Amino acid sequence: MYMYACMHVSMHLKPYMNRCQALIMLRLTTSNGGSDAPYTAADTPPPPPPLLMATHLHRSAALLLLLILSHVLVRPVLASGGHDGGGGAEEEEFSEELLLKPLSDRKVLAHFHFQSTALPSATNGRHHRLFPKAIAQLVEKFQIKEMELSFTQGRWNYENWGGSDPMSSTNAKPPGVELWTLFDLPVTQVDATWKNLTHSLSGLFCASINFLESSTAYSAPRWGFHPNSDNLRYGALPREAVCTENLTPWLKLLPCRDKAGLASLLDRPSIYKGYYHSQRLRIVSTKVTGIVLEQTLTVVLQPNVKRNNPVSSTEGSLQPNWSMSAVFKKKITGQCVLAKASRVFLELEEGLVAELEKRVFRDSWSNPLFELSAMPDREIKEINALQDQSGSILYEFKVANYNEYEPLDVGMMWKVPLVWSCPHAPFHVSRFLMGSGNERGSLAISLQSTQSHEQFLGGSDACTLQVVVFQVVPWYVKVYHHTLQIFIDGKPQTVSDVIEKLQVTPSEDKLLPGTLELMLRFPCSMHSATLTLDFDKGFLHIDEYPPDANQGFDIPSALVSFPGFQSSRSYHEDDSLKNSPLLLKFQEKHVMRSYTEVLLVPLTTPDFSMPYNVITFTCTVLALYFGSLLNVLRRRIGEEERELKSKAARPGLIPLLLAKLSSKLKGRTDESSQSSPSLSSSSPSILGPKLLFKVILIAVLAVFWNYYLNNG
Amino acid sequence: MALEEEQKPKGGVARSRLIVRLGAFLVSHNVFVSVVCCIAGIIALLLLPVLAKNTYISENALMPGSANPAFSAQDVMEANRFVKDLIDRRTIEGTGIEIPRLIGQHMAGVGAEVYYHKFWPHKNQFHPLHFFSCAPNTVTMQSNSSCASVGVNSIGIIRAPRGDGKEAIVLVTPYNPWKIELSEALSLGLAFSIFSLLGQVSWLAKDIVWLAADSQFGEYTSVSAWLKDYHSPVFFSESGKMNVDMCYEYNSHQDWDRITVNWANANAFKRAGTMAAALVLKVLEKKERQERDSLTIYAEASNGQMPNLDLINIVHYLAVHRQGLRVKIATIGSLLNSVWLRSIGEIVQRLCRFAKSLDPRWKYDITSADYVEGSATLASSMYYQAIGVPTGSHGAFRDYQVDAVTLELSPWFSLKNENSQSAFLLRGGRLIEGVIRSVNNLLEKFHQSFFLYFLTAPNKFVSVGVYMIAFALLIAPLPIVAVAPFSGKNKIRLSTDKGNQRPGNTCTDEIEITIGSWKWLHAAKVVFMIHLWAVIVLLLPYFISQIPYISPTTSMLVWVAVAISALLIVYLILGSPYSSDCEWALLKSIMIAAAFIGLGLMSIINFSTAQIGALIVVPMCLMVRPLKRHKEVALCTRVMLMACNLVLAVMGSPPAALLILKGLSEGFGRVGIGDFWVWAEFLWIWNSATYLYLFLVHLPCWALYVHILLHP
Repeated sequence: MYMYACMHVSMHLKPYMNRCQALIMLRLTTSNGGSDAPYTAADTPPPPPPLLMATHLHRSAALLLLLILSHVLVRPVLASGGHDGGGGAEEEEFSEELLLKPLSDRKVLAHFHFQSTALPSATNGRHHRLFPKAIAQLVEKFQIKEMELSFTQGRWNYENWGGSDPMSSTNAKPPGVELWTLFDLPVTQVDATWKNLTHSLSGLFCASINFLESSTAYSAPRWGFHPNSDNLRYGALPREAVCTENLTPWLKLLPCRDKAGLASLLDRPSIYKGYYHSQRLRIVSTKVTGIVLEQTLTVVLQPNVKRNNPVSSTEGSLQPNWSMSAVFKKKITGQCVLAKASRVFLELEEGLVAELEKRVFRDSWSNPLFELSAMPDREIKEINALQDQSGSILYEFKVANYNEYEPLDVGMMWKVPLVWSCPHAPFHVSRFLMGSGNERGSLAISLQSTQSHEQFLGGSDACTLQVVVFQVVPWYVKVYHHTLQIFIDGKPQTVSDVIEKLQVTPSEDKLLPGTLELMLRFPCSMHSATLTLDFDKGFLHIDEYPPDANQGFDIPSALVSFPGFQSSRSYHEDDSLKNSPLLLKFQEKHVMRSYTEVLLVPLTTPDFSMPYNVITFTCTVLALYFGSLLNVLRRRIGEEERELKSKAARPGLIPLLLAKLSSKLKGRTDESSQSSPSLSSSSPSILGPKLLFKVILIAVLAVFWNYYLNNG
Repeated sequence: MALEEEQKPKGGVARSRLIVRLGAFLVSHNVFVSVVCCIAGIIALLLLPVLAKNTYISENALMPGSANPAFSAQDVMEANRFVKDLIDRRTIEGTGIEIPRLIGQHMAGVGAEVYYHKFWPHKNQFHPLHFFSCAPNTVTMQSNSSCASVGVNSIGIIRAPRGDGKEAIVLVTPYNPWKIELSEALSLGLAFSIFSLLGQVSWLAKDIVWLAADSQFGEYTSVSAWLKDYHSPVFFSESGKMNVDMCYEYNSHQDWDRITVNWANANAFKRAGTMAAALVLKVLEKKERQERDSLTIYAEASNGQMPNLDLINIVHYLAVHRQGLRVKIATIGSLLNSVWLRSIGEIVQRLCRFAKSLDPRWKYDITSADYVEGSATLASSMYYQAIGVPTGSHGAFRDYQVDAVTLELSPWFSLKNENSQSAFLLRGGRLIEGVIRSVNNLLEKFHQSFFLYFLTAPNKFVSVGVYMIAFALLIAPLPIVAVAPFSGKNKIRLSTDKGNQRPGNTCTDEIEITIGSWKWLHAAKVVFMIHLWAVIVLLLPYFISQIPYISPTTSMLVWVAVAISALLIVYLILGSPYSSDCEWALLKSIMIAAAFIGLGLMSIINFSTAQIGALIVVPMCLMVRPLKRHKEVALCTRVMLMACNLVLAVMGSPPAALLILKGLSEGFGRVGIGDFWVWAEFLWIWNSATYLYLFLVHLPCWALYVHILLHP
């Protein structure tokens, strides 16, 4: 708690940032109050305990001193503990790792992986040494079994950055915010807890995650997203912009922040200039092992290249040289002292290794193709399941060996132009809209075979492969699920032949989004498949339009996963591998999956800039209506007829061939002069000299106004 | 006594409600009103250049010119290199395959995703039910497709580094790969240099699509084929498609997919989200020399649709104020030198000066030369909108609600001069870069500025609120004249009481219709039959165009012959067309009502057509009178009326009007009867609603006009 307080003073942040930190503090204090049951939104948080006030008011200076002292004292103990490695399971642990990888399209991928573990709360109560308390309290309060929150900017390029390795299947995320949570709660409480969770996370990460609270924004997938889960809630905000204000709270969960260790590389201008930026937070909590918090940041950066090498033939150009100092503008000066392990990996993917092997230089990092700027401590080779192919190679650098005077700066210098291709997912997936206009359209998901599944399955004709499509569509896009059409290689298929399993939650206006979970089975020999669904565009109430309604409305990314394909790496069993959470992660089996594009649907939009016209027209119509109604009501037909007769009896003395416009006026004045004053007030008797006088007076006033006041 | 008789009903009406009284007043003076309205309408039309306002950029987000252009001499060099490459390939055999591939290679070289889109030329066919639909009426000729009859578009997509891929900006360069001109090569080079620049910039928020459109079958065809596949692809593939793929694979001496190292399939259609705007880029070498590089903007799409005025505004602003280009839009050249227009200009100038002397705040000062130029531009703007045929390939985009313009750049000096060419490319490149950057800034789709407008100069426009006054004034007398025979007001020479007069047997020159009379039904039947006949005439070309090997002249003769015989049949069915000789007034009033409805409807579909049509139809409707019924007026008036009627009868018939116009502009020697057929074909190929107007409103109106003229 004190540590947080100190940091609030020290950090230089935007004004509203402070507000949300205050929110965090409030939350921390409430959970300190010891209310274990999850509270609903209506509940008010208990008042902060007096301790906090005291901290702020009187003893902050003293506490700061105390804290620094304690930090200094604790440091050597921790550092030694980190190196022991043996009894790691007994206490909280933190490890930091960075994976660098040159990509085939001249970019560099950097993947930061921070992992903190906490013991089950029963063993050490509420107090944590390393583990962020905010997260522990979240888990405890909302009974989270598993949660993943990602902030992403840019799109993962499945064609060039890989589609089948563990990196892409776990770290490629849709643009914007994606949140899913698996609760350890009875089904009836899940929705209420989700709503509270979104608000907490929104405060914690300074993002508008609270928009996921509304029931139109999230869905409860059965099996399409995560196998067999009733307590899962999934929501995505494709339009959420990601910036440093989201990164700062994320960094605060690290024990060393970005002040030391690998996180100190995170130079904001560099990492936000990249092609892809995905910051992820994943919590797994079990009663036995405690809480595991996994924080990853994946960025794809473009090393500086001179523009002046136009590529006449793609074979002829060198890959760009890069190094950490060039890409991040910083070097690693040492590890975070609290970290148990601190490593940097450099990965060469299969395609690149195969190219290397082709040129026979198999042995080590010192080869004539490229040069590493730092000596790796170790080389780890992947054991490929299929023996005939080469696996990827990892070079390991131990950060502990470097210090301020001798910083680590991993980089690659290419000597020979190399072109390689990355591992592809079995299908390249894209989703697009069809049709134009504001009335209706179609959604299409197209799968293009990359032919890479032959290496997984051997490519026999009889085989089939499974594809699972999970798609959430907002209610104003009214999808007609019966219009589902499936084409395989340009031939329409009977839907029931291809679909193995289907789960549809139809959308409900202003209440529920439509969810489609679809398990399809395709023949392996298929080249392309297309699914189309027709939809109508709905109308929104005028209050429901966002300020930029004319931009259109987003349909969040769909998720296409291939259950038959697991992405995992296997390495030689080694003790040191167990200490590396990143490599352990790589060895886990994950289902291969690809997210599709976010779609933009233009809806009918009222012209918000013209409320004045609407008001004017409406008032005119109302005036006309009431005017004629009153006219009809107050009219006396009998009297009028009598009057008519009396008029008709009088001989007309109006000259017929007068000028047409003046005759009208003249006729009226004549009539008025002749008519008796006893007639009703509606008769033309009011056209007397009095009225004329008034009219002239007003005209004079108007002229006066126009000339004297306007000119002044 | 007669005066008294007339006073009686008038007195009765005078007591009724004001609005009815006003109506009755207008109806009773319908001749005067219609003359005044018509003259006022024509004057309002002539005053439009005076009332034109300066354009302004309405959408604040566009911010044109707020950033310095990054397009430099280096990019120009790149463009020059590319142009040289293209020109070198010109001599090689099989450029039709070689050049798209070269473009594709270069696209891939700058890091774009590349694919080739193959399309087949379309045979144009008349289809009566396809008016107002998206693309022109086309039937794919797949039966006899050979390799030579396939067009290949090369498309490159730059993915915005941190964008979410929801929106795209399209850049189109049409070129003919079989016969590439220097100007086309230059436009490709310009587009390439911009494309490669955009591949490096970090500010992109929308994807950039560069479509190098194969224009060997026409510019529009290739673009519309690509757009059709983009928006409404056909997944059901036929065997014909396979054949073409095969012939490409075998004919090409290199592997078609060699250049695409990382993409398995260079023929898979790729998409980039909703299109925000499209720019069609062309370079044209002008014959006449000018003092500055110039830019011509074409914006008219099908059926008089225009892109948002803001798009034209930013192009104009950047071209004039940043790059110093001379911006032009199409004008009708013959009007520039016309004497009568200049004399009107003089009058207008004098009037404006007079108005200014009255009140200096009225800023209607326009010189005579400006007026002439404004009118010529306005006339061409109206003409192209009225024809309803797009003025370039940008029209294909408007069919999918995408704002697009064609920018035609022409250098002031010969293209062969290296120095002036570089300066020209630099200017053009900076202009396009600026426009793309502006559109890229756009948060919402174009919606702030006008969609309904005429341009009188590149920076002057007449909005819908102003130009519809002229049309409203023109058609205002039509309903008044149409009800005149029914109001019972115009029987000046009535001698008997209305109660016991039967119009059928004692018909004088003037007729009288009581409210309860059903006499008009017969006239309505005649009008209806004529309209039915017009529908038949409208549909005839569908059958005539089925006849193989028929020349336009023969088609035209067949069309006219069948139309006339159909008319005779209609008359046979009706019996004697002139059953009762006092019916022509009724006929006239119903014909006017029909024309009024037709013009009103057309003004919603294509305003310009209705406006120009009203100039002919309204006088026709107002002046029609049987030739034999002019006895009662003075001789000179009678002669004038008859002359007017005859001129109108000739000019009003669509073929005659076209032939005379064509004869006046091109000399009568070249005019043939087939020209009208060619013109009509042109209209229906482009799905112009003008064709419908011509045959559903104008033709029956003219036929009835002649019918009444010949009334005994």
